[in-house]
Amino acid sequence: MNSHHRPSGLLRSPGLRRPRGAPLRRAAAAGTALLLAATPALASAPAAADEGGQDTLTVAISQQVDSFNPFTAQLAVTTNILRHVYDSLTTTNPETNEPAPALAESWETSEDGLTWTFRLRDDVTFSDGEPLTADDVAWTFTTMMENEAAAVANGNYVADFRLVTAPDDHTVVIELDEPQATMASLNVPIVPRHVWEPVLEEEGEAFAEYGNEDFPTVGSGPFVLSGHDRGRSITLEANPDHWRGAPGFDRIVMRYYSEKDAAVEALRSGEISFVYELTQAQATALESAEDIHVNFADGKRFQAFTINPGAVTQDGDEFGDGHPALADRTLRQAIVMAVDNEEIVDKAHGGRAVAAGGYIPPRYEDFHWAPEGGGADLGFDPDAANAMLDEAGYERGADGVRVSPDGDRLRLRMHVHQDRPANVNAGLILVERLADIGIEVQNLTVDPGVLSDALYAGEYDLIFTGWTVNPDPDYVLSIHTCGALPTEPGTMQGDAYFCDEEYDELYEAQLAEYDRPARAELVHRLQEVLYREAVVNVLAYPDIMEAYRTDQIASIQYEPAEGGNIWGQEGYWAWWSAEPASAEAGASASGPSTGVWVGVGAVVLVLVAAGGFLLFRRRSTMEDRE
Amino acid sequence: MTSTPTTADGPPGAGAADAPAPPEPAGAGRAGRVARYVAGRLTTAAASLAAVVVAGFFLFRILPGDPVRAMTEGREVTAEQREELRRQFGLDEPLWRQFLDYASGLLRLDLGTSFQYREPVAELILDRLGPTVLLAGTGTVVAALLGLFLGARAGWRPGGRGDRVNTAVALFFWSVPTFWLGLLLIVFLASGRGFVPGLFPTGGMVAPGADGALETALSTARHMVLPVTTMVAVIYAQYLMIMRSSLMDEKGADYLTTARAKGLRDTLVRRRHAVPNALLPTVTLVFLNLGQVVSGVILVETVFSWPGLGQLFYSGLRVPDLGLVQGLFVVFAASVILMNLLADLVYPLLDPRVRP
Repeated sequence: MNSHHRPSGLLRSPGLRRPRGAPLRRAAAAGTALLLAATPALASAPAAADEGGQDTLTVAISQQVDSFNPFTAQLAVTTNILRHVYDSLTTTNPETNEPAPALAESWETSEDGLTWTFRLRDDVTFSDGEPLTADDVAWTFTTMMENEAAAVANGNYVADFRLVTAPDDHTVVIELDEPQATMASLNVPIVPRHVWEPVLEEEGEAFAEYGNEDFPTVGSGPFVLSGHDRGRSITLEANPDHWRGAPGFDRIVMRYYSEKDAAVEALRSGEISFVYELTQAQATALESAEDIHVNFADGKRFQAFTINPGAVTQDGDEFGDGHPALADRTLRQAIVMAVDNEEIVDKAHGGRAVAAGGYIPPRYEDFHWAPEGGGADLGFDPDAANAMLDEAGYERGADGVRVSPDGDRLRLRMHVHQDRPANVNAGLILVERLADIGIEVQNLTVDPGVLSDALYAGEYDLIFTGWTVNPDPDYVLSIHTCGALPTEPGTMQGDAYFCDEEYDELYEAQLAEYDRPARAELVHRLQEVLYREAVVNVLAYPDIMEAYRTDQIASIQYEPAEGGNIWGQEGYWAWWSAEPASAEAGASASGPSTGVWVGVGAVVLVLVAAGGFLLFRRRSTMEDRE
Repeated sequence: MTSTPTTADGPPGAGAADAPAPPEPAGAGRAGRVARYVAGRLTTAAASLAAVVVAGFFLFRILPGDPVRAMTEGREVTAEQREELRRQFGLDEPLWRQFLDYASGLLRLDLGTSFQYREPVAELILDRLGPTVLLAGTGTVVAALLGLFLGARAGWRPGGRGDRVNTAVALFFWSVPTFWLGLLLIVFLASGRGFVPGLFPTGGMVAPGADGALETALSTARHMVLPVTTMVAVIYAQYLMIMRSSLMDEKGADYLTTARAKGLRDTLVRRRHAVPNALLPTVTLVFLNLGQVVSGVILVETVFSWPGLGQLFYSGLRVPDLGLVQGLFVVFAASVILMNLLADLVYPLLDPRVRP
């Protein structure tokens, strides 16, 4: 046969004739040319975080934007961003975690605690130059009180407001229906009335869908929202005229990384400056990387499991199918005593957590409570737990599983979030520990949606939960009052079907207590009740894990200063305070050209190798044929 | 779904294109049959689409979880705030009412509003369509060309060294998890570990600072390298295997002997005679995959943070953002149905054996 072979063109229809060249060679050449053409862009790559000027701080985010409308934005990423765009009356002191002045310089309450007077700073302007006055504050609150669509995001703060007025430009008076100890922590963005009043009129019914995307947005915060390229990036520009002083960085860019592992690699390559919500494995791996600092902050969140005490509505109608024996407090307490929280910390969190006592994490020193020995202690003691159950008449069956005095076998379902590794691991430990006291656990590691449906239907026995606790703990305490029970199945405000008279009295008392130490004491007693009743059982306070590049960020303020976090602060301390690393440090870190050329060399090598392989193949098939 | 023509419609390896089409009665009868064929295909497509519209609505209503609860999770909201959201999303209405709203919206080409983005679903889809078509389209074209090229050669000499190596490599990549391969590429080619510099970006479509058409185009090209490589590596085996087996079927055909007898070189016999005939089954595959180009490659888009429809779908499923996922579902299904319809209509033009 003819030995004159040529590499074939890719696909060719029979009728089309092309000049016979060496299409493969041409394709390879074109490919190389394309790669070389791309190299000028490549050259700037490793220093990508500097794109658009040295002082850009780049953050990897994954959550999508629901809305930049501060009246309706729900999601963590947008509420976080809006905190930097609009000031609030007060903020949180990063040293003490206590309320601190922001727009309001000072505040006082009337004798009966029902009237709060805030005095505003007189040097605050919006980014369009208009001054921020008490009228803007009063209008913001009043709008939330009067318009349901405007109450979607922060309506909880104004639920007990009767009237908000502005007697002069720098005084805001808020009258309440009930005393409310959370008044110094009103985390509500104050918006410019002259911008928003026309918007509200124009949008009318459609206000709920108004996304506030006319950039740059007008606000009084340390940053101005200047761009949003959906699913790609969000840009904030520094407000140099902010009353607290100009931020250290000129610009913050939030870039979308839908996969956290990819974001971690982007931090390594220097494309981004900061990444948050790391898993323990990611954080540990980054610890050894150069120019990267991993911050292990004290947890704001608690990891807990709750025991279904019998789901009821506020009217006392029972529903769901929780195990009947769990109504017995002794059994619930025995379950708690069978679990070693230290073991959960070591095995489920790789040591990156603190074993739990009370409900409020220890980072909030004055509100945190821990059981201290004595009769109230439900600490790890499986022998005592077994003895308690023996005494209460839970006899072990032939297979070692106990049977309740009413004759129900203690086989409990346990719902675990399958998307949270720490919960999955803790669940596995719980199965073993409860087996030690004669309880069989059916481990249901499920989709969060399935878990949520089981919870609201009351169709569970043990179920995992967790909350992020804010500096003011009112809300996480409120979800265990009797008022948080569902009015009808499925409408529960809380997450545990907990209802206790003593708890409710203490809750009302702390909400009306304006003296902080006295309130803290009441909050301790609330946690004691919760602990004793063993419905809500806190296992651990996982560390917050985040990392930043030290060659891009020289310094940054944690909140609180000791053991605090960067992402998700109550204030805007982190991004406002962050200082860029010096230009030289940035340059040495980028060192692009050598690397790039090595890379291009590698690519060319691969191409040559591929070409060689094909040629080799051709020759070999040729030989086959001869 | 409409039926998919395959080689099963005609005897494999038989006379093929060179052979005369089955004898046909002349004139009007044929036109009538063609019209009936087209009408039949159109009806099937329309019925499929209607089924998809209904399924799309009820399917996602079965998803566990509650959108309002999921969206307010961890937020300090009151029961009233949740109720207001439920009202805004229309979730307080009875199911049949929600369905009527959705179905009548579809007739007006209104795909509804996304819960989490609070924007019309159609706008969100249009915004993401470009990136997806760019990525998935490039990936499909490259994979098809590569797969067909290698498959034709492998099938020409089955069992030869080239065949064994190429098939093994292709099947290896076909069985590799997309996610893992993508992350591996990021780790070795993007993150700049050890002495290997960060050659390519770790994710996204364009560097945020890029302006000007040229810079944007170059930046986009750079961002595309790893995702396209991942996609091609994983899917080109389909084309390779189909081309290979279909060429093997053609190999023994008489018309090839004739071609050889004419004194044509082996390469020419393959290129001009065997390959064009073996291409037919792959046409079906190409069309099917083109339909999926719109739905994107969810995993590739997710690993590389590519702002496309696949990623949008993924973000909608997590909530579940009913408005968004049912809208996307209808669009995805419609594009597959449309492409399938096109394949049905184009196929008879290419292959006389299946002509009505």
